[in-house]
Amino acid sequence: MGKAIGQAIKRKEDPRLITGQAKYLDDIQLPGMVHAAVLRSPYAHAKINSIDTSEAESLPGVVGVFTGKDFADLNPLPCAWQAGGVNNNANTPRTLEIDKVTFTGAGVAVVVAESRYIAEDALALIHVDYEVLPVVVDAKKATEPGAPQLHENAPNNICMEWSCGDEAATDQALADADVVIKQSLRNQRLIPTPMEPRGAIGVFSPVAEDYTVYMTSQAPHVMRLLMTAFVFGIPENKLRCISPQVGGGFGAKIFLYPEYCMVAAVSKKLGGLPVKWMETRRENYIATTHGRDHVTEFEVAAKNDGTITGLKVETYANLGGTLSTIAGGIPTTLYGRLLSGVYKFPNIYCKVYGTYTNTGMVDAYRGAGRPEASYLVERAIDLVAQKLNMDPAEVRRVNYIPPEAFPYAPASNILNGLKYDSGEYEGALNKALELVDYKNLRQEQAAAREAGRLMGIGFSSYVEICGVAPSAWIGLNGEGWGAGLWESANVRVHLTGQVVVTTGSQSHGQGHETTMAQIAADLLGMDVADVRVEHSDTLGTPFGYGTYGSRSAAVGGVAIHNSVQKIIEKAKKIGAHMLEAAPEDVTFEDGKVFVKGSPDKAKTIQEVALAAAVAYDLPEGTEPFLDDTTYYDPPNCTYPFGTHVCIVEVDKDTGHVAIKRYLAVDDVGKKINPLIVDGQIHGGVVQGLAQGLWEGAVYDDNGQLVSGSLMDYALPKAHFLPMIETDSTETPSPVNPLGIKGAGEAGTIASAQAVVNAVVDALAPYGITHLDMPLTSQKVWEAIHSSGNGRE
Amino acid sequence: MAEITVTVNGKSYTRDVEPRMLLVHFIRDVLGLTGTNIGCETSVCGACTILMDGQAIKSCTQLAVQADGSSLTTIEGLASNGDLHPVQEGFWEKHGLQCGYCTPGMIMASVDLLQSNANPTEDEIRHGLEGNLCRCTGYHNIVKAVQYAAEKMQGGN
Repeated sequence: MGKAIGQAIKRKEDPRLITGQAKYLDDIQLPGMVHAAVLRSPYAHAKINSIDTSEAESLPGVVGVFTGKDFADLNPLPCAWQAGGVNNNANTPRTLEIDKVTFTGAGVAVVVAESRYIAEDALALIHVDYEVLPVVVDAKKATEPGAPQLHENAPNNICMEWSCGDEAATDQALADADVVIKQSLRNQRLIPTPMEPRGAIGVFSPVAEDYTVYMTSQAPHVMRLLMTAFVFGIPENKLRCISPQVGGGFGAKIFLYPEYCMVAAVSKKLGGLPVKWMETRRENYIATTHGRDHVTEFEVAAKNDGTITGLKVETYANLGGTLSTIAGGIPTTLYGRLLSGVYKFPNIYCKVYGTYTNTGMVDAYRGAGRPEASYLVERAIDLVAQKLNMDPAEVRRVNYIPPEAFPYAPASNILNGLKYDSGEYEGALNKALELVDYKNLRQEQAAAREAGRLMGIGFSSYVEICGVAPSAWIGLNGEGWGAGLWESANVRVHLTGQVVVTTGSQSHGQGHETTMAQIAADLLGMDVADVRVEHSDTLGTPFGYGTYGSRSAAVGGVAIHNSVQKIIEKAKKIGAHMLEAAPEDVTFEDGKVFVKGSPDKAKTIQEVALAAAVAYDLPEGTEPFLDDTTYYDPPNCTYPFGTHVCIVEVDKDTGHVAIKRYLAVDDVGKKINPLIVDGQIHGGVVQGLAQGLWEGAVYDDNGQLVSGSLMDYALPKAHFLPMIETDSTETPSPVNPLGIKGAGEAGTIASAQAVVNAVVDALAPYGITHLDMPLTSQKVWEAIHSSGNGRE
Repeated sequence: MAEITVTVNGKSYTRDVEPRMLLVHFIRDVLGLTGTNIGCETSVCGACTILMDGQAIKSCTQLAVQADGSSLTTIEGLASNGDLHPVQEGFWEKHGLQCGYCTPGMIMASVDLLQSNANPTEDEIRHGLEGNLCRCTGYHNIVKAVQYAAEKMQGGN
């Protein structure tokens, strides 16, 4: 390898972002553009009897008003990832709903006007006759007798029942165990909250009869496929999708949403006027997808020495009123299949019910299923430790999958044929224990308890399934994903020696323009400054599946690697010709082709690129230009891991939890840019800490989102947090030639349970063994004061 | 309509605006300065932070008419003669941004913070930025960026 991979270089994309020159969706102005505002249902469950738009239409400045009936010719949006191997009673949203709504915020009409101000005025002049129906918001209560029924094809509101593992063997393990602990828990609903809300601009060309849609998307190529083939019923080449600068996504911008179809369809109805819709934060909270929302019961079985012998899980996963784009795969493949964690549990069984409720759609949010699994496993470990009066670090140690066991297939075939790639789990724990000076820390804790202070130490050892995914494994015949999941890259070395890399993945903050340039520059022996990375426009980039599941580097980056390798082979052939040597006698090192042993007489990659581009004198049968496209389908996922430690102090008078220290030891395989990896870890950790302590979406019994704005939903602020200490071990992934595992979701997958375990540890003197997130001051205070010895 | 005159980044503009127009929409849609972003409508996120007569304000909760006669600085006006402001430099050096959407507001709020407290502690930086939300960085590198800028500005640059 060369000199660029592994360097903590500053990001190439930052100059435009720190000077206000970046162009996000809302910054785009097109000639003649009109503005849309969506009328959303104020009811969580209702029939739509009629909609009267006449008054709105007559408001000066209004260009058009449309309801669901105007788009009855468009198909409902597709659910492209349904639970694998089982029946899915799928119900998906329409561009605008026609007959009924199943959650507050579903779109029922749209006004298009000369300005957004006028469009918003006109919304108040639309009169909808709703017939309000009974509401259910809880994932488990929705399945109980007498619950309101949302969809005719989903009796008891069950979308799907899915399971993995071996139920009989796990039941036997529970029966044979020294101890069995049964625990209920909730993994509460979260609102992703990228700082940029969603938006879209649709432009129909009446001449070409095609569409251009700008959208805040993590996966523009997939959006094109889903909109054309599934909703509009037109060929892909009738739509160009452009995802401009995107201000964060965290999963919520993966999906096809009704408004993206709406702007395109409305533009067509208006003869090609560009139609812009930009989400308000209120809309973002009620109409963009949420994450998590599991109601779970589990039983964990162990021997008296702490060895865990079985884990049995039953989860009700709330999917919302209708299915979002990949809703079915999150609580199944990405949840149940990770329930072995970093441990050699010999018996596992997991049953999942995906249920409809009168709430907003639930889909992937950073980590997506894997945080829910890791949280459960790490709570189970701590419950066992507490029950057996063992050190939680030791319970982890005795249960780790040992290094010699890799590649490792988790028990009961819960990973459905795949194997963890590589891991040194105890190494990460040891490093973490050393860095926090664990022995002294426990002494400090004992002294604090003596002094009447509540200090807690929490661990989280995690593994994740990243770099998604081998197409044949995750596809329809296996895990139910509706297509493949490979990734693409094109690499071109232009005449001047400058490189352009295009990728099918998409950056919405991850720094692709830097890290992907580092990969290409490193392998080509060039300066990072000489490589430009282009993405996010279906015009000019190869088809790709986009950015999520920590896959851009581990899958997309490998596609770049493979294309560069093919370019180097071609460059060697042309370089040998230029050197009048036999191709088998030359080598490529540090950006130069030369005869082995004679580096002084060399042709640089730039000289070879020029020769290839002008094509005056090429070896016989060689095509001009250094250009290669790769479609890389990974042979396996990748499995980053690590151990995090959180130290808290709980104020017993107020219940307030202060995070005193947070250490993350992560193994993301080979790092391309440590600065960016650390940044991903910091942000990910804080999103998990926020779930542990502060955030939670709350629907009332009427299906109203009472945490529906940034004034009501507790997004963390700077002063809630300490500095996040980061360290790492490096176990290269054998899955790909770069050794990359992926870093985008690690922090979030690890951190919620670290802080919860720390708080429960702090509260151990009160006999408290579990509290459901978020651990707000009120919840902690109430737990202390309702415990047996809380009123000391 | 109401006529207002506002100086933005040193240039004077006189425009007729609807009395209900928000200042952030005036800056973005009338003047075309789209570097100032909108992240909420409740004055919580701070993405729209600008300087009005030298003080940080949230431009989504002021009307354009309230800015009549005032002097505004937006993110586009912070660098001078192509030289980044030390706060901008700090954000780049310390990887204080990822998606970049909160960044213009975060930078303007940091400039304001350092005007009133040239050498803030970590705690003062964290509290000083409590009106600005970031979802990407966990604030870790934002704190470092502000510390970098404070040091650089103290050094007389």
